[in-house]
Amino acid sequence: MPILEVNNLEVRFPMREGELIAIRDISFSIDRGERLGIVGESGAGKSVAAFAILRLVGRPGYISGGQILFEGNDLASLSPEQLRQFRGNQITMIFQDPMMTLNPVLTIGTQMIECLQTHKGMRRREARELAVEKLRSVAIPSPEARINQYPHELSGGMRQRVVIAIALLTDPEIIIADEPTTALDVTIQAEIMELLLELCEKHQVALILITHDLGVVSEITQRAIVMYAGRIVEEGPTRSIIEQARHPYTQGLINALPERTRPGQRLNQIPGSMPTLMQIPPGCAFHPRCEHVTDVCRTQVPDYTRFDHSRVACHWVAVQEQTSV
Amino acid sequence: MIRHWRLFVDSTFLYRFRRDKVAIISFSLLLLMVMLSFSSPLIAPYDPYDPAQIDIMDSDTPPAWQVEGDPRFPLGTDAQGRDMFSTILYGTRISITIGLFAVLLQSILGISLGLIAGYFGGRIDAFLMRLADIQLSFSTLMVAIIVLAIFQASFGTELYNDLAIFMLILVIGIAEWPQYARTVRASVLAEKKKEYVDAVRVIGLGSGQIMFRHILPNTLSPILVISTVQVANAIMSEAALSFLGLGMPVNKPSLGSLINSGFEYIMSGSWWITAFPALVLILLVLVINLLGDWLRDVLNPKLYKD
Repeated sequence: MPILEVNNLEVRFPMREGELIAIRDISFSIDRGERLGIVGESGAGKSVAAFAILRLVGRPGYISGGQILFEGNDLASLSPEQLRQFRGNQITMIFQDPMMTLNPVLTIGTQMIECLQTHKGMRRREARELAVEKLRSVAIPSPEARINQYPHELSGGMRQRVVIAIALLTDPEIIIADEPTTALDVTIQAEIMELLLELCEKHQVALILITHDLGVVSEITQRAIVMYAGRIVEEGPTRSIIEQARHPYTQGLINALPERTRPGQRLNQIPGSMPTLMQIPPGCAFHPRCEHVTDVCRTQVPDYTRFDHSRVACHWVAVQEQTSV
Repeated sequence: MIRHWRLFVDSTFLYRFRRDKVAIISFSLLLLMVMLSFSSPLIAPYDPYDPAQIDIMDSDTPPAWQVEGDPRFPLGTDAQGRDMFSTILYGTRISITIGLFAVLLQSILGISLGLIAGYFGGRIDAFLMRLADIQLSFSTLMVAIIVLAIFQASFGTELYNDLAIFMLILVIGIAEWPQYARTVRASVLAEKKKEYVDAVRVIGLGSGQIMFRHILPNTLSPILVISTVQVANAIMSEAALSFLGLGMPVNKPSLGSLINSGFEYIMSGSWWITAFPALVLILLVLVINLLGDWLRDVLNPKLYKD
C-alpha cells in the first residue's frame, strides 16, 4: 500500500502565447519509508512536480488534472484549510538554498516553535525542548545556544541542518527534498546527504529526492524516475537504471558522466538541448536528439513499455522488446 | 536581555550613529525637547491650563532680556498673560503627542492594508491601491479641513474643543495611510518572492501568520524610515490646521495654535508670541527629518558611503 500515489498529474501555466504544459501525465507512487529519486535536466519539470504535490505551484500555474492521493486523501482537491494540516505536518519539504529558506529576521528557535505550535498545539516550553532535541538529532553542536541565534550567524551547512531539523519536527511521513545540496560546498554536500539518508532510515520517512546528480541518486535512492520535457521517460529501481538504462535519454545521461570517459578523451554528451516547454516537438519529445529515431517517433507519443519493476516510454525500446520475445 | 543589549552595542547601527555628528546633535535635541515637554507639569513655572495662575495684567510682556521684560517670564507672555515658556512646553507636548498617535494610526491602517494588498495581490490589491490613489489625489489638508470644519459646524465649538486632540489624531491618521500602504506593499512584493515565504507555506502556517510574523519584520526598515518623516509631517499638518483655527483650541494650545494666536499681534510689535513657538516647531520638524534621513542612509546598505 503506497503512502503517496500521484495519478496523471498535469500542471499548466497560462502564458500570453497560450497555455504551457509544465508537466503532463505524471504518475508514480512511493511506499512508506521508500526513497525515490527524480532526475532530469534543468527545466524538465522536476521541481514543478515536487511543488505540485504540496499544491505550491506559483501563480499563474495551476494543477489542471490528476490526483495526489496521500493516505487516501486527494491533496489536489482539498480546501486550503484542510491542506494546511498535511503541509508541514505529514509532508514537508527541503529547499535548495538554506540561505533563502530561513527567515533572516527570526531566530531559529522562533521558526521551529511556531511550526510545532501550529501543528501539534504544543506549549512554548515543550515545543522548545523538542526543537532542541531535533537540532541535536541533526548533529548541531550545543543546540541550546544555537536555538537563540539568527540564520546569518550559522554557516551554510549548519543552516541546511537546521532546515532538515525543521522538516523533521513534526515527524512527517514524506520529505520532499528539492536539490538539497546544490547550494553547499562539495565537502558539506556529502555530509548532508548522509545525514538525510540516516534520518530517513531511522524514522522510516519516505524521501522524494529531486536532483540532477546521478551520483547522489545512486547512493541514496532505491527507485528513480527520469523526466524529460515534463514527462516521465523511465522509471525503475535505481540500480537497474544506472547499470542498464533502457531509454536512449537515460543512456545518454549516464554516458555523459565524467567517470565514463578515459582521461584525455572528450566527455560524451547528448547532442542538442532540451526543447523549451512552449515548443515541444510532436511525438516523442526526445526524438530530435535521439540516435535511434524512427518515423513513428516523430508522430506518436510513446506509451510505456513495462518490465518487471520498471517502465520506459520509448518506441525503440518497445520494438526491441517485441523482436526479442 | 543582556544578549540583546550586547548585540545592540556591537551593532553597525550604533557605530554609524556615533560617527555621525548631525545624527548625534539631532537626536540629543529631539530627546531634550521630548523630555522637557513631557515633564512640563514638573518643570514649567506656570500651568497655562489653570486660569487662576493667569493674570491679564501680565499680558504682552516682552522677553525678560528686553527693557520692559519681567524676570518672571523668560520668554514673555501672550495676549492673555500666559507665560510663553510654560505654554510652549505644554504646546510641544500636545504637538508631539498628536504626531505620534496620528502616525501610530496611519501605520496600523497602512501596514495592514499594504500587507494585504501585497500578499494577496490580484483584485484585492487593485482595489486597495486605487483607493489609495483616490485618497492621495486629495491633499491631506483639504480632507482634514473639510472633515474638521463639518464636525465643528455640526457639533458646536464646545464639544469640538473637548475632542480636538482625538479628532486631529483621527483625521491626520486616516488621511495619510496610503503613504504607508504603498511603501509596505512594494516591500511585500519583493519579499513574497523569496524562498523563505515558500518555506513557511510548506510548514503550513496561515496567511495571517505568514504576513505579520514573517513578512512584516522583513519590511521594517522602510517602515522605520517613513515613520520618522511621517511624524514630522503629522506635526506640521497639525500646526497648519491649528494655525487655520481648526486644530487645538486657544485654552489648550499646540505649537500651531500658539503661532496663530500670536499672529494677530505681530503687527503691534509682540513678535515673541509667534516667533518662539515657530522656532520650536521648525527645530522639532528639522531634527526629526534629519534623523529620518540618517536612518534611511543607515538602513539602506546600497547607499553606504565612505
